[in-house]
Amino acid sequence: MNSTADLDIMTARELTRIVLAKEKLFILDVRNESDFSDWKIEGESIDIINIPYFNLLDGVDEALEQIPEGTQLLVVCAKEGSSKFVAEQIAEAGRTNVHYLEGGMKAWSEHLEPVKIGELHHGGALYQFVRIGKGCLSYMVVSSGEAAVIDTLRMTDVFEQFAKEHGAQIKHTLDTHLHADHISGGRTLAVRTGATYWLPPKDADEVTFDYEKLEEGHDISVGTTTIRIQPIYSPGHTIGSTSFIIDDQYLLTGDILFIESIGRPDLAGKAEDWVEDLRNTLYNRYQVLSPDLIVLPAHFGKVTELGDDGRVMAKLADLYHNNPGLNIKQEDEFRRVITENLPPQPNAYQEIRQTNMGKITPSVEEQRDMEMGPNRCAVHDK
Amino acid sequence: MLPEIRANVTLDCKGLACPMPIVRTKKAIDQLKAGHVIEVQATDKGSLADMQGWAKNTGHHYLGTVEEGNLLKHYIRKSKLSETKEEKQHPYTICHEELATKMTGEGKITLIDVREPAEYAFNRIKGAISIPLGELEDRIKELNPDDEIFVICRTGSRSDLACQLLTEKGFKKVKNVETGMTGWTGPTEQDNSK
Repeated sequence: MNSTADLDIMTARELTRIVLAKEKLFILDVRNESDFSDWKIEGESIDIINIPYFNLLDGVDEALEQIPEGTQLLVVCAKEGSSKFVAEQIAEAGRTNVHYLEGGMKAWSEHLEPVKIGELHHGGALYQFVRIGKGCLSYMVVSSGEAAVIDTLRMTDVFEQFAKEHGAQIKHTLDTHLHADHISGGRTLAVRTGATYWLPPKDADEVTFDYEKLEEGHDISVGTTTIRIQPIYSPGHTIGSTSFIIDDQYLLTGDILFIESIGRPDLAGKAEDWVEDLRNTLYNRYQVLSPDLIVLPAHFGKVTELGDDGRVMAKLADLYHNNPGLNIKQEDEFRRVITENLPPQPNAYQEIRQTNMGKITPSVEEQRDMEMGPNRCAVHDK
Repeated sequence: MLPEIRANVTLDCKGLACPMPIVRTKKAIDQLKAGHVIEVQATDKGSLADMQGWAKNTGHHYLGTVEEGNLLKHYIRKSKLSETKEEKQHPYTICHEELATKMTGEGKITLIDVREPAEYAFNRIKGAISIPLGELEDRIKELNPDDEIFVICRTGSRSDLACQLLTEKGFKKVKNVETGMTGWTGPTEQDNSK
């Protein structure tokens, strides 16, 4: 190994910063073509090409020809090994500013970036956790030494650590619905911290564990100054889907309403039945809420939905103007658009649902593999 | 019960992470006689898709994989030299002089530049249309399969791939510009610098 070769490690955190700052980066993804076409790193200032590492075993000339000189280069693979193997050769060929992604796409899929959404009326704040590689969003309400986590992701240590740094004890974990694209960390986090785990009862028919029922009219308090979490029954993505109004300012919509699209009604196998519920929630139930509420969804589908510092948020009134899913006048047209624009289902979504019901308990490694790929919870995403 | 699969050689890649299973397989297959079968034992789950992709790209015959618990046994048959994919070359090319003559001539010509946008921005032949190689398949509708089309890149190798793709998609009069932009002495243009 030529030790003078200019090769550096880039972490998922550093890559996140580059994506959010819209810094220029050229990525060579060396996974096989099918994995690449299924799911890749995206960013507005990112140029990306795919050449599988197994096409570069005899040399990297094919890659060198396509990589512009002088641009920061990141080589990426599934776990790390192959990207390092290729990046070393590129650096040895004399290229500079060459990096490989530490932990590969697995690490990218698991990285969570906490961003502050805003202050709460009686002290405390609401934070969003952006799982940038997969497009999942979690939330933490922190108030007077207590915390509640909504749509907790599998990487529960991130939430524990964050709460600790903010001097808060996690009292509640809530899931807006039974997730099909990722494994919920809500129950694990509740067990680890002694918190109460809340689920919508209509999504929990088959669960194998104890939980508290999320029901309209039963508000949940966080902190001594009482930050109110008000559940709003909002079926459509699943039959139990429940939204939350937090501190009369924020509307957490789960997988019902996103910034540029709307939720899909078919992941529990009931597209035909639930498309009506979905319409009713979007066009009636949300209509009567304050238009000034800030919508905070459980996913984003495209990097263009990431706002300042990576925050994903928008005023409900603005979404009624701009979101195509909220602007389909006729009911039959809505039904047609929804059922005809369903993207492929998320990777292993049946197994993920089973896991979230407690019916199967895969190993951490298996859970990682099940979650690989994009979230695909919205209607309009490809 | 699966029938016992006979391999001429067995290669142990258990416990090895990507890229090593493929690196070892490649080395082993280089030593193998054409027509012989290698059994590659691996525990890296990712080796399955990669083994299939690698075999497809090299022309070796991927026979299948048997799973035994965490162990994956991949079977690959080494192809004969005549079967392996050579660096396929698009047979129709055009040299710089000919292209220059065509460009000054009467008829309308279509010149596609398949380099990356940044390369195109700094130096291109006037009138060349930018379609990076990676976008060609998606943007193929922009082109007419009956037109005479010239394809250029930096050295002629990406454009060779582009010519192959176009031919595969039914384009009839596609020519690769030999040596690409390298050595082009005719007129060029670039984006106005800011």
